[in-house]
This record gives sequence, C-alpha cells and structure tokens, in this order.
Amino acid sequence: MIGFLSTKHRNKNGSPSSGRIKKVVRRVKYESELDLGFGETIAERAYGQKLLSCIQCGTCSATCPLSYYMDFTPRRVIAMVREGFREEALNSFTIWLCASCYSCTVQCPRQIHITDVMYTLKREAIAREMFPRRYPIPILARGFFDIVHRNGRNSEGRLLLYLYLRTNILKIFQNTRLGLHLLRRGRMSVRQEKIHRKEDLRSILGAVSPTREEPRS
Amino acid sequence: MKYLYYPGCSLKSTGRPYDESLRAVFAALGIELTELDDWNCCGATAYASIDENQAFGLAARNLAIAEAAVTDGPPTIVAPCSACFLVLTKTQRYFEDYDHVRDGVTRELAAAGLTYRGHVKVRHPLDILIHDVGLPAIAKLVQHQMKGLHVASYYGCQVVRPFATFDDPLYPTSMDAIMRSLGAETVDWPLKTRCCGGSLSGTIKEAGLRLNQHLLVEALRKGSDLVVTCCPLCQFNLECFQKQINKNYDERISLPIMYFTQLMGLAFGIPEKELGIRRLFIDPLPVIGALKGGVPAHV
Amino acid sequence: MSEQNGEIRIGFYVCHCGHNIANIVDVAAVARYVAGLPHVVVSREYKYMCSDPGQELLRQDIHDHRLNRIVVASCSPLLHEQTFRTATAKAGVNPFYFQMVNIRENVSWVHEDPAEATLKARDLARAAVRRVAAHKALQPKTVSINPDVLVVGGGIAGIHAALTLANAGKKVTLVERAPTIGGHMAMFDKTFPTLDCAACILTPKMSAVKNHPNITLWTYAEVTKVDGFVGNYTVTVKHKPRYVKEDLCVGCLECIDACVYKEAKVPDEFNRGLGKRKPIYIPFPQATPQVVLIDPETCIAVKSGKCKRTCVEKCDRLAIDLDQKESFDEITVGTIILATGFKTFDPKRVSYYGYGRYPNVYISLEAERLINASGPTSGELILRDGRRPKTVGIVHCVGSRDKNTHRWCSRTCCMYSLKLAHLLKEHSGAEVYNFYIDIRAAGKAYEEFYDKLLEENVHFIRGRVAEVTDWAVIPEEEGKLIIRVEDTMIGVVRRIPVDMVVLAVGMEPQSDAQEVRRLFNISCSTEGFFLERHPKLAPVDTFTDGIFIAGACQGPKDIPDSVAQAGAAAAQALMLIDSGEIKLEPNTAYLTEQNCSGCKSCINLCPYHAISYLDDKHRASINEALCKGCGTCVASCPSGAIHQNLFEDEEIYSEIDGLLAERSPESTAV
Repeated sequence: MIGFLSTKHRNKNGSPSSGRIKKVVRRVKYESELDLGFGETIAERAYGQKLLSCIQCGTCSATCPLSYYMDFTPRRVIAMVREGFREEALNSFTIWLCASCYSCTVQCPRQIHITDVMYTLKREAIAREMFPRRYPIPILARGFFDIVHRNGRNSEGRLLLYLYLRTNILKIFQNTRLGLHLLRRGRMSVRQEKIHRKEDLRSILGAVSPTREEPRS
Repeated sequence: MKYLYYPGCSLKSTGRPYDESLRAVFAALGIELTELDDWNCCGATAYASIDENQAFGLAARNLAIAEAAVTDGPPTIVAPCSACFLVLTKTQRYFEDYDHVRDGVTRELAAAGLTYRGHVKVRHPLDILIHDVGLPAIAKLVQHQMKGLHVASYYGCQVVRPFATFDDPLYPTSMDAIMRSLGAETVDWPLKTRCCGGSLSGTIKEAGLRLNQHLLVEALRKGSDLVVTCCPLCQFNLECFQKQINKNYDERISLPIMYFTQLMGLAFGIPEKELGIRRLFIDPLPVIGALKGGVPAHV
Repeated sequence: MSEQNGEIRIGFYVCHCGHNIANIVDVAAVARYVAGLPHVVVSREYKYMCSDPGQELLRQDIHDHRLNRIVVASCSPLLHEQTFRTATAKAGVNPFYFQMVNIRENVSWVHEDPAEATLKARDLARAAVRRVAAHKALQPKTVSINPDVLVVGGGIAGIHAALTLANAGKKVTLVERAPTIGGHMAMFDKTFPTLDCAACILTPKMSAVKNHPNITLWTYAEVTKVDGFVGNYTVTVKHKPRYVKEDLCVGCLECIDACVYKEAKVPDEFNRGLGKRKPIYIPFPQATPQVVLIDPETCIAVKSGKCKRTCVEKCDRLAIDLDQKESFDEITVGTIILATGFKTFDPKRVSYYGYGRYPNVYISLEAERLINASGPTSGELILRDGRRPKTVGIVHCVGSRDKNTHRWCSRTCCMYSLKLAHLLKEHSGAEVYNFYIDIRAAGKAYEEFYDKLLEENVHFIRGRVAEVTDWAVIPEEEGKLIIRVEDTMIGVVRRIPVDMVVLAVGMEPQSDAQEVRRLFNISCSTEGFFLERHPKLAPVDTFTDGIFIAGACQGPKDIPDSVAQAGAAAAQALMLIDSGEIKLEPNTAYLTEQNCSGCKSCINLCPYHAISYLDDKHRASINEALCKGCGTCVASCPSGAIHQNLFEDEEIYSEIDGLLAERSPESTAV
C-alpha cells in the first residue's frame, strides 16, 4: 500500500533506510481497480469541472508551503483524483497537511479550486473513516465542529484540551507553560463561550442533510 | 463612518490585543463600530472539513443578522480575523455564484426564521483603512513618528487569498503603506503572505514550527526590528512558539510580533494599556522606545 | 430569352450530396412533389449537382425546356451558390434568377427522422420556388482597384510584404510608428533554430525598403483616418515631429556628440532601458532611416527653450528644426496590409516572479540585448548588479497558458528560450536551467534544436515556476535568486539558486489594437488579436474587403510564419490589383430618393459606414461598394425608402407565402 503508512519504513531524514535490503514490490494498477468516475465526482463537489483541465504543471506543489512534508505533491493528488486512484488519494497524507492558505488556488494557471478539492477529499476520507486512530488533524476538526455545533462559538482552551485527550495526553504537560502564559495575559480561558440564541443555530444546522460524501463501493 | 463589527472567537481569547487595539485605533479615526448582535463562530477551516452545508449555514447566520441590523444602505461587516474574513467572504461569494449553496443556505436560515438576500459586504480593516480612511488621514493622527523602525508586514494567507480584491494575493502592500505612513521603514521580504501553518503547530508540530521558524529567520535576515500582522492565528504562532522553535532548531530568536493596529495605536499616542501591549509575550516597547524619535517611555 | 412571352418556367433540382442528404431526405419524393407546383417545368434529383455532369444537366435543361428560373436544393449557399449562378449565367439566364435551398446543413444534418426531414425539405423547396418567380434580373456592379498599397507596421512582416509588392512593380507606402523600421526582430541577437544573426539577415531588407524606388517609407508616423472602400481607400497619416528634417539629415550623428548633455542619461528604449541615450539620438546603429530624432520629454530646448542649442549649431545641413510641428498627409490606395505586430507580456502582472523588484530578473528581450554585441554591454553578460552569472534560470510560459493572464500558448517562447539557453551558456559558461510545462518545438528543424540543447547538458526541469525570491534558507542560497518549482518528472519540490532569471514572456495584442481595429473597420478575436476571415482558408483576409493582416497582429507567430503570412497577404493584394476591378455582390441596399425624408436614422445604424448624408439634396446616399447587404437600414427606414436587391418585399413575402401554403402540420420548417 502506498500512502502515509509507508513513512514508517523511512529513517529520520525521510530517505529509505540504507541498511535495509529493499523488498521487491510488484506494482501494477489494473483499470478494474480504479474508480473511474472519481475525478468527475470530486470535480463537481469542489466547484466546477476545472479540475479536469489540469495540465500537471506543478505550480500548486511548488507554491505550497507544506508540500515538503507531503507523501504525494498536490499535483500528483490531482492526477490520482482525475484518473480514479481513489484509495491512494484518500489515504494520502497530503490532504491533511493542507492548511487552506489558497496559494495553489490563486496561482493555478487553470484556476482549479485546489483548496476546495482538498476539503472535498478530507470530507470523503472522514466519511469513510480513512485515517488512523489518534490522528490529530481530523480529531481537531471534529472537536472544533462539536464545540461550535453545540455552543455557536469556539473556546480555544477547551479545544486544545479536547485534542490532547484524544491524541496524546502527554502533550498537555508539554504545553502547560504556554497555556499558563496565555491565561495570565488574559488571552485564554477555560470558560465556554456561547451565543444567546442557541436554538436558532440548532435549527439552522439541522435544516439540511449533512454534506455526505457517500461511499460508493 | 459606521460599520458592523464581527470580532470572531479568536479576538475574544488569544487575539484580545487585536480586538482592543483595533477598537481604540478605529475610535481615534472617528470610525464607529457596532458589534454584531449575538454573532456566532464563522466555522474557520475545520468546520468545512466535516460538513460543508452546515458550514455555509453557520457563517450565513452572521450575514443574515447583519442584513437585518442595517436598514439604510448595504450593510458592511468589518472582520479583522483572517479566517473569519475568508469564511464570511467565501460564503457571500458562493451564495452569489452557486445555486445549490444559495438554496441550501436559504433553507437553513428559514428553519430559524431568518432570511438572507445577499446584500452584505464583508471587508477587512486593511481595506477600510486604505480605501475609506486613506493614508493622509492616518498620517495626520501620528504623534510619535516610528522613524528608523524596521517593520516586516506579515499578512499571512487568508486575508489576501483567494477572495480579497483590495490587494495583490501574493505580494500585497496595503499594510506596508500604513506602516510607512506611521514613519516606519518597511522591509521588503518575500514571505509576507506565506502561510504560518495555522493549526498545524498544534497537530503536526514539525511542519507547523518549521514554517514559523522560516518566517522569523527571514524577517530577521531582512533586518526587521519587529513583525506586524493582521491575523490572530499568525500572531499566536509566530509569537508563542518562539521558545519551542529556539529549542528545536537551535535558534536564538526574540522578535516582537504585534498587531498592526497596536503599532498604529502607539504612533497615535494611545496609552499602551488600551492597546493590549502587556498581553504580548515579547514586549515590543524596548525596541520601539530605543529608537530615536520613537515612543517615549511613559506611553 | 430568359423571359420569353413573360411565362415563368422553373427548373428544380434536388441533390443527394452522396449520402449526406439522400440518407435522411427522400429526394425522389421531394422531386415528385415539386414537379406538381405551379410554373415548374422540370423537377429532378441528382447525385452531385455541383459536379460537372450536374451543371451540364442544368444547362441542357435550360436549353431544352426554355427554363428561365432555377432552384437547387442542396448544401449551404456559402459553398455552391456561386457555382450554380455561374452555370445559370452560362446557359444564358440572368444568374440572379437562381435560388438555392439548403437541405443539408438545415435539414439532413440536423434531423434524425426521415419522414419529418422530407416534409421540411418539401416546404423549403416550395418556398424557394415561389420566391424565385418574384426574382428580378440584376447586373452586378464593378469597382476599379487603385493599384497602390498601404502597409502599416515596419516589422519583419510589414517589411516583407512591402518588398514583395514593390518588387512586383506596385507603389507601396510603408507607415511605421517608431522612428525606425525593424520591429522586434531588430532587437534579437540570433534567430532559432539556425542561429544566424538577426541583424545580418534583417538589415539588408531594411535598407532595401529605404532604397526601393517603389516604396515610400514614413517612419515616426501613424494612420489617423481611413475612408473609402475596397480598391479606393483614402488614408490620412500623421507625421510626428522628430525635430529633425528627415530629407536633410544624413545620419552623421555629430549633433549627438554636440548635445549639451555630455553623458547619455535617458533610458534607451531600444535596449529596454538597459542602456542610456541622449535627448537627441538614433535608436540603434542600423536604424532605418538613418535619421536622428529629439525626444521632447528630455530635450531642454524643446521643453523650456533654455538651451545653448549646440546640436543646431553643429549641423551644417541645417537639419535640426526645434519648432517642427506634426504634419499630415493624405494618400489614396486600393488595398491595405496591417502588420502592426505584438506586445510582450508585462511580468509585473505576475508579482510572484519578482520582476521589477529583483534587479537580476530579466525578460527575454532584455536578455537578447544583453548578449548582443551592439547591446548596452557590448555582448558581455554583465548583470544589473555588475556580476557575471554562474547559473541562469529560464522560466517558460510567463503570461501564457494561464487563465489568470492569457490562456493562449505564445508559440515562440519555447524556441527562443532554447536559443537563449544556448547563447547564455555560450557567452558565460553558466549552468542553464529551463523550467517548462511542455516543450513545443513543432517547426522545421525545431525538434532537432531541442535535441542539440539536451546534448549540450542544459537542464530541462518540467514544472511551472511558482516563485522567484531572494529568500535563502541554507548558506549556499545566500545572495542568489531562488526558484521554487516542482520537478514533476521526479515528483519533488526543488529550490534552485541562480544568479540570473530570464522570464520567457508571452506575446499579447498591441495595447491599442482595439483602436486600430476600429480605424480600419476590422474585427478582433476574443484574445484581442486581429481576426482573420477564416482560420484555415482565409488566414490573411479580414471581413473588410481589401484589408489584409500579416504577422503577430493576427496571433503569436515566429519569424518564418510572419514572413510566410506577409507573402500571402501581398499575394492577396496583388490578386485584387491585377484583376483591375472587383465585382460587387448585387444584394445591396438602394434608395428611392423621392421617398427619403432625410431623417438620417439609417446613417448611424449602418455598421459599414456605407450611408452618408447629402447636404445639398437633404437626402441619404448609399455607397453600394461599402454596403454588405445586412438590411439594417432597410428595416429602420421609417419612410420605406430603402430597398434591397435580392431581398425585395415581394421576394420575401413570396417566400413566406410559399413556406406557409399547404404546409404539412408535422413540418419543422418554421
């Protein structure tokens, strides 16, 4: 399997371990293994068919501040989506690293909404639960979602607590000092912020069916 | 000048100094800000990662409240936080451009007895300052020229991309222009819109901290005395992780990171207490006060 | 013969067009049906009416059956109306007693049900049969062609067109707005793929233009007004003041030495600001004509009058005239060739490449000047900061293939980037990187040139550059320009430090292309380049007769293509000139003078400026040579004073009546 799990076979520098004899892997992709409609589906959900006009120039990868950490550059993810490599695209570490800075979107010579594509892939992966347990990014997103869904406002202190409880509880202690500094300066509180008319919000959020990326296999 | 004000969640916690200094500076410029009644979280980037339909509805509730609040002329929301600015602008834009978004939002709001017709303008303080107030009006209020102060303007990403039309998406200059009207010198650095990583500093530390290390090192390399920014998350990342960055990457960085409105306030002679200067981790006053013609110590 | 005894005798022919029509339309049924209509004497079907036997059949029938009206139901009139009109005329019948029905594009190609298609074909045929009965005999008018030609633009395309026509014995006026001819080609160092020196092949042509007895060369001049029509254009040309009498100046250049400015201080346009010139200057050593000029913006004498005027004193020929004013000339020509060229994309629009912020970021034209022996550094590769580059990055597709700037491929940049890569390496020994999306080397010997560059070990990295910065992350990057790009072949993002960046900027329309378009009454494509009449079959014609286009004003083009087009445009002009006259389509509007009230409402509506107002008669007047038969004036005339040949009320009403008479209820013809 390609995807972020392969990083465990790498040493600290990210290069393949030199001491190990590499296993021979047979790699072939049969057309029948692909989800050939995947490209069009994602293109539609990510606002427009422009995704299909990608010329693989790599501007998105080069302008991306996080591509150095990605297993597949954004350009390759787009190629995978287009060609129906659904598993690879959804398993990719790339979609989680996207910080929504929109550099790719404004520089893409084909005006592809690449950030929206990444959002769409994230939702699809969350809907299919295609991410490892205790993986902080989707957990943070879920925590944020729950807090805001319930109260209408975020509370940064509570959110961090939520994150550390569900990923690595030890990190709380690493960050205690930072938290205390913020508390002392009045820049963080453990109090939950709320809006007054929570019932309005509940009606709004319950009104339409959730954006569901239906699993199709 | 009168605007609706949407502070957003961050400006009520980590970004409090931004909220305080912005209100003080706008008041000094004679701009009236009315906080939006019972506003809710914009949803930021995370909400849309889970459910996009709900995310639009969440953001649109604010737009609907704004539209109902103003009867004379099109309502304008000032949104200082980059994430809020982006999400509200995106919701407004997609509401205009995509039928299914408009229909979904309309139905969601109707469930709470709200309506939205798409008339709200979402604007950033930089836009207001440059285009509505104008640099001469800002310069006129300056009591303490920031002569000799080398400032790196850091815009971050979501203020200028992808929807802002008030400045260049990759090489903006509006904050630099404001800084120059305070008498400061601006450094020309290529990372002014490079992402700080957002919440990655809390999730994938190596990636998040490295981005901020690069930003800090480059700002220093270009001779900056301090960095001004217009985004609460950028400010937080650049300032609050300096210790960790120094430890992890063997750096010795101590660079004040403040909100551009704070520096404006100091230049205007507004007492530092009203600008939340003491809430910062790295006190910028020594570097500002040390400069000839800078802010006197008693401010 | 055609209207014997006033009896109308119609011949009807329905064409199979092989299977094109006959597969859907029951042609035999159509022929049978039309045979029963009034005045129809002959009704036939035939496999290919446009073939020689088909036309022969028509002629024979006219002769045998004394036909005086012909209707052919076949393809679009655009294709074969002329064919059948000619055949009709050859048999002695006025060609305008012919009517064509399009049952291919309008019926068989757009309908799937044979029964419906056949009904529609019948209805259309019946309408045409009714209409043709109302037709009038018409005589096409001819206008004579003035043999003189105007060429606008003195780049390589304009030069080549002017020389071709002049060598054919035609009188040519070449108008160029810059002070010299030569255009962009004069700025180039060498040309791809042969690497011959641009100046060496261009300057002989430039002096040939200057010395040709049939060419009048007007530089520093612009066309300001165009009146008339094909064969008979009147053109006004403005001569901008160069403050030097062109006929007296011999190009000795002593005035330049004599200028009170001892040092050249003004950025020099020809060297893209990399060099300096004085207020009195000559654009470059081989400028044609060899005449100096004065820039009024920087000359003290012109600006304030407070100058010692050492240049005036120095000139024994008294050529310098600081009071020179602009002047105008009016010429008459029969045909016009527009070769107004292109503009290079301004890379300041793409802020991420740092052009204008980092001194060592150049555009390709600047790089050409830097390596040119007559350039500002005498061909030494010295950068703006005085260094000599050890590494050079050439960024392809700047302002091309990008929906945020220009969608089109500029066609020339790949090849000139390869050329520059070769020349820069040759001049400096530098490592050269090309950053490309796709290499487009589709010309004669172009791919071979690419191959040569690969063998020269020039780096080719497939990826569009995202940014050029001075942001150094590691010590090795200090003081360099950093190019960030994904090496898409390897799938990794690279940071490549270079000393010099060359932006391969694309080609865009001249900034005043829209004004020029209006001046000459031609069209532009959506991109803003001049629009050809047909992209394949009429590439140098425009929609205005007698006006042709050549070179990069029509779209991005390299030198060979520009020259080829210029030759083609010259040949098109020669065709008109040598035929001596042009037959006009008779479908023009005409005015019944006594009915015209002189309200002028038609005048502004005419898109072809064909209607004028006669002050003495208080009537409108239609110039048939300019009229394209669009019918706008006919419909707009409140007094019903304007009519149109081939579209007379009677003809149109007959056609409508024919269409609606006994119309099959299922028909889709209306």
